[in-house]
Amino acid sequence: MDMNEIKAIFFQECEEQLAELETGLLAINDGDDDPETVNAVFRAVHSIKGGAGAFALDDLVSFAHVFETTLDCVRSKQLEPTRDVVKVLLKSADVLADLTNAARDGGSVEKSRCEALVADLEALANGQVPVSDDAVADEPAPEAESKAEPADDDESDFKPVPVQFDDLQESDAEFEPVPFSFDEFGTDQAPAGNRFKIAFKPKPDLYLKGNETLLLLRELDQLGTLEVDCDWSELPALDALDPEGAYLTWNATLTTAEDEDAVRSVFEFAEWDCELEITADEDAAPTAGEAEPVEDGAPETDEGASPPEPAETAAADDAEDAAAAPVETLELPNVIELQQAANANKQDAAENTAAPKTQARASATGAGSTIRVELGRIDRLINLVGELVINQAMLAQSVTESATAGSSAVTMGLEDLQQLTREIQDSVMAIRAQPVKPIFQRMSRTVREAAEMVGKNVRLVTEGEGTEVDKTVIDKLSEPLTHMIRNAVDHGLETPEDRQAAGKPAEGIVKLSAKHRSGRIVLEIADDGAGIDRERVRQKAVDRGLISAEATLSDEEIDNLIFQPGFSTAEQLSDISGRGVGMDVVKRSIQALGGRVSITSTPGKGSVFTMSLPLTLAVLDGMVVSVADQTLVVPLTSIIETLKPENEHIHGFGASGQLISIRDSFKPLVDVGQILNFSNAPTDPLAGVALLVDSEDGGQSALLVDAIQGQRQVVIKSLEANYANVPGIAAATILGDGQVALIVDVEAVVSASRNGALKSEMSLAAVG
Amino acid sequence: MHQTSKNLAEDARELIAFRIGEQEFCVDIMSVREIRGWTPATALPHSPGYVLGVINLRGAVLPIVDLSSRLGMKESDPSARHVIIVAQVYQKVVGLLVDAVSDILTVTDDNIQPTPEVSSELDRSFAKGVLAIEGRMICLIELESIFPEGESEAA
Repeated sequence: MDMNEIKAIFFQECEEQLAELETGLLAINDGDDDPETVNAVFRAVHSIKGGAGAFALDDLVSFAHVFETTLDCVRSKQLEPTRDVVKVLLKSADVLADLTNAARDGGSVEKSRCEALVADLEALANGQVPVSDDAVADEPAPEAESKAEPADDDESDFKPVPVQFDDLQESDAEFEPVPFSFDEFGTDQAPAGNRFKIAFKPKPDLYLKGNETLLLLRELDQLGTLEVDCDWSELPALDALDPEGAYLTWNATLTTAEDEDAVRSVFEFAEWDCELEITADEDAAPTAGEAEPVEDGAPETDEGASPPEPAETAAADDAEDAAAAPVETLELPNVIELQQAANANKQDAAENTAAPKTQARASATGAGSTIRVELGRIDRLINLVGELVINQAMLAQSVTESATAGSSAVTMGLEDLQQLTREIQDSVMAIRAQPVKPIFQRMSRTVREAAEMVGKNVRLVTEGEGTEVDKTVIDKLSEPLTHMIRNAVDHGLETPEDRQAAGKPAEGIVKLSAKHRSGRIVLEIADDGAGIDRERVRQKAVDRGLISAEATLSDEEIDNLIFQPGFSTAEQLSDISGRGVGMDVVKRSIQALGGRVSITSTPGKGSVFTMSLPLTLAVLDGMVVSVADQTLVVPLTSIIETLKPENEHIHGFGASGQLISIRDSFKPLVDVGQILNFSNAPTDPLAGVALLVDSEDGGQSALLVDAIQGQRQVVIKSLEANYANVPGIAAATILGDGQVALIVDVEAVVSASRNGALKSEMSLAAVG
Repeated sequence: MHQTSKNLAEDARELIAFRIGEQEFCVDIMSVREIRGWTPATALPHSPGYVLGVINLRGAVLPIVDLSSRLGMKESDPSARHVIIVAQVYQKVVGLLVDAVSDILTVTDDNIQPTPEVSSELDRSFAKGVLAIEGRMICLIELESIFPEGESEAA
């Protein structure tokens, strides 16, 4: 492994640390005062500093150091993490992220920005702190070192007791038990009642199963007054010592108000892996000073025991390793996390959305149950499973056609196979499913930056960060989401003055939420701003010739005008939006993913943008239809209903247009065969089937096809991979008979029926 | 094949020769992935006449091009006796419909004669040269110019 690889791993870790940092700061911002949150934030910055130091990334180190210093003040409670403080901290986190990126990709971060923040941070660490200024700035590092190790944090009240091992080499017979008092743990309940003598001799298995002598003894100490002796008479010379063995026996005297059962329950999970003897001492007088071993070198404790944990012995080290063995994650480039519980999470995600904090905790502790796998391997697996599904369908079809169809064994076997393939497919898909959390985290920065630029006070509230969706979808979400968030901050929210004038708090809220709904992921971007100014939108649309001045539009239709190409309502073009990229681009990119976007707005209360996207781009549920001897697949999500047209419902319209009346509302009838150029003659509506579909502007159209063959899940195959984009066709798939079927791009077909023809984008035709 | 090619001179290369109607053509063997029989293709809407459609090649969607039509000759009427040459052109894989595969040729650049001046512009832009093998005339065609890179990006 060369230096570059190590560096790559460092940057990858940095990304995780930065994400953790931001999560922590946001939690603190929301009033989380758990010291562990502050510690996590501190650790993140400290780890980045440490790693950066190793690679001599001086800019990063010096900034991280100042940042860390200020965080240390927060941690030591010298600095109250108020909103204003956290705001500076969040900005620092952004700069730290920029510095990290700059160190990785080259480039630099504006000096002035860094320096301003360094000044802010130092002011926080020095100026605004009421207590011990000097203690803060100069000595965070040594303390940081110990804090940086998560395992130590909860043991910080435990003082190591030195144990002498001087005689180890000379003779192992003359060991004297060393009195070992746990009084320092500080729970000095008034001892009353019972006194127990406890001989506790762990076996190696105890440590293998993750038990810890120290914790058991500490728990005993909670019950009353405890005195513990370690008997190491069995400890062999160092050269004979099995590092994973257990040689020590603990003899304890416990004075407690509890009964024997309570004492035994402490050892509940260790019972099988140790020799445990608990005897009630008849002499119940609490003699607090008794420090001698209770059973000095007792014969039944000969087998071995554990050395005292705080002492740095080889046995202790290894035993601890074996016991606590943290699962290390393999760091590979371009990896995604494989969550074993991904499937379960997926279902839970919707319910859990209300408690993002708990989820963050859970995922932090669950780190040991995840592995990292190269994305390429998973994609390969997904492709293979796709093949399996197709093959299974082909097999089923040929069995049905062959003579063995009557055999129930074959049929049953096939059904089982089908079910298994389905399950495998679902599981494989779940592997690639990822929570939207990382994207949501990025959005909080977008909000901060956008808010700063337009001088507004904005808070981002996220919900449903655990909602999972296929990685391919996640990758493509970021851009439209960023745009919509910026839009909400820039156009949606009012200035603080306007807000106060309207009787709202100066701080605007942008709420970003995700949830699963009927096999799709629904993302909502809501702001509590002024809502859409329909008069202005309408006027603008008229000015730009998008609608005629006389047009009567419903509120909904006016709201949706903002998705029209070339529409921007900001009176002054600002830095962040109005760059000529409008909501129409957002809409198009979402549609390209097979998604939909809509807006609802309440004047004075705010607007809500709702995006709904498929959970995966690898499979879709489709309706298999015949059109002019061709088999096509229409995505099920776009179909509202299917119906058989009757004569009295078909109305001619103009030269060639036809309308169909469905419950007294008229929808254009779209002849798919003609649009796709599969047939020259118009399809007879009465002989075919109409599929009522949603179209772009919320209107509906009826697609006319010859017949419906059935409904099934299909694996999406790209046409672009080996050919080119085909107008009117979204992708291809392979059916049970091994034939390729084309998936209809409903939007394109419907709009082609309006404009007369599909845009001929074929360049192959132009060649030669 | 590979064993023999090792013994050949450095500039020697192997070509796959195939028939379309009465004429013989050849392409560099390195771009050929496999040769398979004709299976009915799924037609693509609004595609040029020489694109017969797409077929399923072990899970991949493979476009089939009627090479005869692409070279400006008459359109083929595909039957079970036709052959599809699966070839890689840049990053894409296409199927070329031909009448039959006839030969594998080992030639050096010396064997390749420049394309004679003929009236058909279309033929000349695709033909890299002609070979005289055992009294036959075989036209070497360049797949890269039949399917120029970036054409799909333009779409």
